[in-house]
Amino acid sequence: MNIIEVKGLTKKYGDLTAVNGISFSVKKGEIFGFLGPNGAGKSTTISMLSTLITVTAGAAKINNFDVTGQTDDVRRSIGLVFQDPSLDDRLTAQENLTFHARLYGLAKKNYAGRVKEVLELVELWERRNNLVRSFSGGMKRRLEIARGLIHFPKLLFLDEPTLGLDPQTRAHIWEYILKLRESQQMTIFMTTHYMNEAEYCDRIAIIDQGEIISLDTPEKLKKKVGGDIVQLQSADKDKLKAELKKRYRFKVKEEGEKLSIEVPDGEKFLPRLFNELDTRIDAIELRKPTLEDVFLKMTGRKIREEEASAKDHMREVVRIHRRR
Amino acid sequence: MYYLRSVMTIWEREVIRYTRDRYRIIPTVFQPIMFLVIFGAGLRGPLSSSNLGVDFVKFMYPGIIAMNVMGIAFFSSISTVWDREFGFLKEILVAPVQRSAIVLGKALGATTIAATQALILLLIAPFIGLSIHPLIVVHLFLFMLLLSFAISGMSLVIASLMKTMESFGVIMQLFIFPMFFLSGAFFPLTSVPHWMVVLSQVDPLTYGVDAARQIILGGQVSTAVISKLALHPVHIDAIFLLIFSLITVSISVKAFNRKD
Repeated sequence: MNIIEVKGLTKKYGDLTAVNGISFSVKKGEIFGFLGPNGAGKSTTISMLSTLITVTAGAAKINNFDVTGQTDDVRRSIGLVFQDPSLDDRLTAQENLTFHARLYGLAKKNYAGRVKEVLELVELWERRNNLVRSFSGGMKRRLEIARGLIHFPKLLFLDEPTLGLDPQTRAHIWEYILKLRESQQMTIFMTTHYMNEAEYCDRIAIIDQGEIISLDTPEKLKKKVGGDIVQLQSADKDKLKAELKKRYRFKVKEEGEKLSIEVPDGEKFLPRLFNELDTRIDAIELRKPTLEDVFLKMTGRKIREEEASAKDHMREVVRIHRRR
Repeated sequence: MYYLRSVMTIWEREVIRYTRDRYRIIPTVFQPIMFLVIFGAGLRGPLSSSNLGVDFVKFMYPGIIAMNVMGIAFFSSISTVWDREFGFLKEILVAPVQRSAIVLGKALGATTIAATQALILLLIAPFIGLSIHPLIVVHLFLFMLLLSFAISGMSLVIASLMKTMESFGVIMQLFIFPMFFLSGAFFPLTSVPHWMVVLSQVDPLTYGVDAARQIILGGQVSTAVISKLALHPVHIDAIFLLIFSLITVSISVKAFNRKD
């Protein structure tokens, strides 16, 4: 069953088109990702799907409810973990969660136990009576994930879930997320611009300038870019180059002292090279294409090297500061 | 009833946040006391009771209470701007909650906080030479609930438009002082220029001050004096504030509904 169905979804602000007629669907239990730079339209899409902003054109269904006509049903079906922190740091962890539970209509006899359950899941039960103000960035994020789960949503939206967090916290958070998917068959829709985070997804949509450029599993996307790169070094560089061309008919690129060739299955090919080549190889390196390569190839630019506007930079600084 | 429960949840959060912020509660009592003491001492002589019919400090006192209640009710809506600036508003808006429940919860929160303040200020009455009958306390409290509800409706409209707390603070100052001074708290509006009469009639605080003065001074001062100072019967004041509340709360709900 498809938890998300999107057809021709569009968002315009006056003359500016933030999201331009995108279509896709997400199956139950999938981890689905939007990968793209800042300003690509990721957060705008999530805002439309979570009923925070209106849709200019097109249709979207969440859990079979229409986002425009059945907003409350959609809201009950989703849990949202925002890009910017959205906890009340003058309340305690437990108060934040109880507030959420009551707004989502959980009966009192149910929500006390549920709040305990989710706090234990993210290992914050001992801190339940502390003001959120005293929490670190990672703890706040865990608490937000706990909050998003209280009302048993079918779909969890994670908007840049680990932005601004250190690698260890990042790993822990992904531990929880993957546990969730396993134990509750939860569908997860996430956005990110971290390439290695996108690897967790079952399928990724590459989004740039409001449009989906490509949609597939990470492996297939990487295969589209091309094969693995094998880089060789040899004292007899020219001899090696000639042999590679003659024996395998490769196109050999010269990059300084190194020669590089593109092969479909690098790991399988290396042993053959060792066994079959006459020329001596001094050094060898195998590089598999990354999502960065995918992005570069599909959009013509690197995901991090674009010019961050001063405002983006400011937002980033403030965001990291608030996470502390 | 789910609707009521969501209003109560929002209400409770407003009250908890206010009571936890100890630094906010103490100064709010300071301002009215300062007005009473300083203005009282200064203007008591020049505005002798032969003109007013009543001692100036006693004349000012109900208005000062109403002003203070208004100030607190107005300022409470800054929590909405805080919510917007620090992201919590999104958590509220993405919940399956009616927008009107959100507005009511916040308005009732401000109402509770502000009206309770009036009770604290009634403790000063003996020091001014006024005796406060328990029935007066109840009567005044109910009216202050109405006044603060009206004011919080108005400030929620403003809060729904402001993006930062600084801009809310600036706009609030722009509104508050004219409203204070045109309300008849400091001088009777019975013999002022016509333009001031007109302006005071659109000021909700005017009706709050008028009613508060009649309620508090009613038993202590001759009816002749009261009828000279009063603008409208108390129930007319109440009706105006009710209409004002309905209009401002409806506009707030529309503002919260506007999703961009």
